[in-house]
Amino acid sequence: MNTIFALANVVIKELYRRKDFYVLFVLTAVLTLLLGSVSFFQDIKVVRYVKEIALLLIWISALVIAIATTARQLPAEREHRTIFPLLAKPVTRGQVILGKFVGCWLACGLALVVFYLFFGVVSGSREHSWPVLNWLQAFWLQWSMLGIVVALVLLGSIVFTAPSSNATICFILVLGILLLGRHLNQVALQQPEPLRSVVYGLYFFIPHLEWYDVRDLIIYDHQLIGWGDCALASLYAGIYAALLLFGAWLLFRRKPLHL
Amino acid sequence: MKRLVPYLILGLLAVGCFSLATVLQARAYGWSRRAQADNILKVLLGDGRRLFANHFFIQADVSFHSGYYPSIFDQARAAQGSRHLTAEEGDPAHEEHEKSMDFLGPPRDWIERFGRHFMVTDHTHLHGDNESEILPWLKISAELDPQKVETYTVAAYWLRKLNKAPEAEEFLREGLRNNPNSHEILFELGRLSAEYHHDPARARKMWELGLRKWADQEAAGQKPDLFHLDQLAVHLARLEEKEGNLVRAIELLQLAIKATPHPEALQRQIEELEQRRAAHAPGASPPAR
Repeated sequence: MNTIFALANVVIKELYRRKDFYVLFVLTAVLTLLLGSVSFFQDIKVVRYVKEIALLLIWISALVIAIATTARQLPAEREHRTIFPLLAKPVTRGQVILGKFVGCWLACGLALVVFYLFFGVVSGSREHSWPVLNWLQAFWLQWSMLGIVVALVLLGSIVFTAPSSNATICFILVLGILLLGRHLNQVALQQPEPLRSVVYGLYFFIPHLEWYDVRDLIIYDHQLIGWGDCALASLYAGIYAALLLFGAWLLFRRKPLHL
Repeated sequence: MKRLVPYLILGLLAVGCFSLATVLQARAYGWSRRAQADNILKVLLGDGRRLFANHFFIQADVSFHSGYYPSIFDQARAAQGSRHLTAEEGDPAHEEHEKSMDFLGPPRDWIERFGRHFMVTDHTHLHGDNESEILPWLKISAELDPQKVETYTVAAYWLRKLNKAPEAEEFLREGLRNNPNSHEILFELGRLSAEYHHDPARARKMWELGLRKWADQEAAGQKPDLFHLDQLAVHLARLEEKEGNLVRAIELLQLAIKATPHPEALQRQIEELEQRRAAHAPGASPPAR
């Protein structure tokens, strides 16, 4: 376990040494504050558009951080040949995979904490209400979703050779699931057989990342989600992440490491 | 001296650039339409901004429904158009909208059933002060596509409801500058004059002009919306009735009958006005006591 956390620690340090997070955070903050300062029809009570834009930017930034950080982990270790001394420690390949996953996931969590603190301050100061539990649920669900994304990108970094191609493919996959995942069953029902069964099968197979996007519930001040549902969604994310990590380990186990 | 030569050349070039800029700036302004753009969105997006305008108009509708809105996959079963945004409770448009927004239906599988815990599933409309939440999206939509008339009329409706008549008028005037032939905007301006300024003369001018614009569009074969003809004619008829111009009021109601989906009610009103006109006509016998 110590080995895994030591590896994770390196990834977290990398997050705050690199400029990705700072650039994305400053961009999110500047855009949100700029839009928040605009007065529409002299109405200062209007706040939901600011929440909408802030949460959209947080989602985009979190995805960029998760995918970009994870996609370069294993290729960078191979390119700089630091993977060899690492494996000679001795550290098993499974520990490398787990360490990288934990590191990337925790790094995403740290970034999300900062983003949500900013969101909370902006939203609370304009709306004069502090639904902290709703924000916590949104944070936790988004972080759980990022766990699946990080695991998917780690698997991709073993399948694809270049980090750029891996990041691009993972972006398309994740965005595709977020936008279409909820409706794939409707699409399937409109298809003739055997395409219907194939699309419906795909609908059950893909991780339903769209569940974790509860921005509308936050923006429009809806009730809390049931804690049982949150727990089930977390379990679902955990199982998917484990499945993808296991796949990554299976592939990484026998993969030649020389370039 | 030799040392100074490069700096002198630099200075000469800078002066040359400055002088040329003063000459060219005035001419360059007229070279392209983009240079005449008066806001940053026009400069950045050009005419492509109109594509985004509809997105922001829909975003206003999403906000009005607190996030409960059909996706492109649900839209065959859900509401179309924007009339529900300004429909009062009890209106046929409102009733129709209520029915069509039941687009979710029962869940088809466990994934959909479970997923509904994480999305908005209740059809509600904004109320109270929250109604102003749709206004930023409408303003952005109007900035992106100043020719989208319904953006101005919907925003004006809500601004009126929120007791922001001066802002509504200002926004409608901006809309009229961008769409000088819009009978819809003229109708809304007339309503503001009648209901907020209590200026029937100005309201009459607006609505008469609106009727003329509607007729011009019909003559040009543009098939303008009958709903708006109905609205214009009925509101103007009410105004004329209040002012005592019963003949004109009857004419307008007869015009509205051609456009309304419920002609029976208007027919009854015409008959009532005919009776009143007959009673007030010179030489008519006083009503029996």
